[in-house]
Amino acid sequence: MEQEIKLTKLANCAGCGAKVGAGTLARLLDGLAVRTDENLLVGFDKSDDAAVYRVSDDLALVQTVDFFPPIADDPYLFGQIAAANALSDVYAMGGEPRIALNLLCIPKSMPDDAVHDLLRGGYSKVYEAGAAIAGGHSILDEEPKYGLCVTGFVHPDKILTNAGAQPGDVLFLTKPLGAGILTTAAKADLCPPDVLNAVFARMTTLNKAARDAMVQFCVHACTDVTGFGLLGHALEMAQGSGVQLELDVSALPIPPEALEFARMGILPEGMYRNRRYAEAFVSADGVPLEVQDALYDPQTSGGLLIAVTAADADALAAELQKTVPDARRIGTVSEFAEAARIILH
Amino acid sequence: MIDARGYSCPMPVVMVQKEVKKSAPDTLEVLVDDPCAVENITRFAHNNGYNAVSRETGDEEFALILTKKA
Repeated sequence: MEQEIKLTKLANCAGCGAKVGAGTLARLLDGLAVRTDENLLVGFDKSDDAAVYRVSDDLALVQTVDFFPPIADDPYLFGQIAAANALSDVYAMGGEPRIALNLLCIPKSMPDDAVHDLLRGGYSKVYEAGAAIAGGHSILDEEPKYGLCVTGFVHPDKILTNAGAQPGDVLFLTKPLGAGILTTAAKADLCPPDVLNAVFARMTTLNKAARDAMVQFCVHACTDVTGFGLLGHALEMAQGSGVQLELDVSALPIPPEALEFARMGILPEGMYRNRRYAEAFVSADGVPLEVQDALYDPQTSGGLLIAVTAADADALAAELQKTVPDARRIGTVSEFAEAARIILH
Repeated sequence: MIDARGYSCPMPVVMVQKEVKKSAPDTLEVLVDDPCAVENITRFAHNNGYNAVSRETGDEEFALILTKKA
């Protein structure tokens, strides 16, 4: 079927690349009074993926919201990606999504059919996650944006934050990198269709299977890799946990086309923003610039970064192999020794 | 000279790449109004046999001079 509109042409920046940079965000939040509540187990002062509120001894709510401008031209596909991305924050906390509310911004020029397809894409992923959509809010805006506020359940003793990594842990990443670079190339029609389709397939893949696999093992920390790139989110984990992460560059899943586009200067603005924020904390001696670019590249609906105890690493790898074949063992956690927070080998 | 003002990334660097491929100029001046384009064109230049210097010429406007490496 012919696509009548190209959604990405209606937006200035795409997907999680539109996110306000981590450095800017820290400045904007600085000085705001933080109200404490003994049942607010994870709040916004923690730089985590979602808030967690304890309702009872065996139930906590995981609450998150995420929305962004189009990263795909097809409205149905964009809806699927935005929903998979919003749901991912609940999975990253070890939870299961239960109920969601739509957030929708639409220009007057956007045809009704396209808006309907967008929502249909979102519904498909929320239902696949086993959650319900209970409503939402829509406003007119110059460029389209879509996402969801998602509430999930988790047992209060089984919350996975990004701040629990321990020396000796093994790190896994469950989706390949390079999505920001490849979708930027697609804006200039440079990304081969098969490569782009593979990127979109990964973005629409729920992190449910990865979550279901990891909760069977002794996982100390988890986060999902989105707008701040692998190194931005890894830095949050390292700082939050008071540890150092050592990443094996040769094990990192980076599509060769992403490296080629990086060498050509086809890079999203968010990559430079992420690099400026995190590079002072990263030791990258001898790592080619284009590889570093891929590690700072903002991801949309990226994979989970998991820190699992070494004793369970092989068993988690075997479990992930069954349902998340893209998952890779990418490094280890070590003691922080006043040097860089992240070492690339 | 390439006037890429009004184009958002990655179009400015793609315009530069096409010109370099077509005519391999010894020097090339590029005008942009997107800071990301300055970084992308500089990255392209360094990886493809050119030196690049940039200067701000106005409010959010930049001029880059690409010079073929000796």
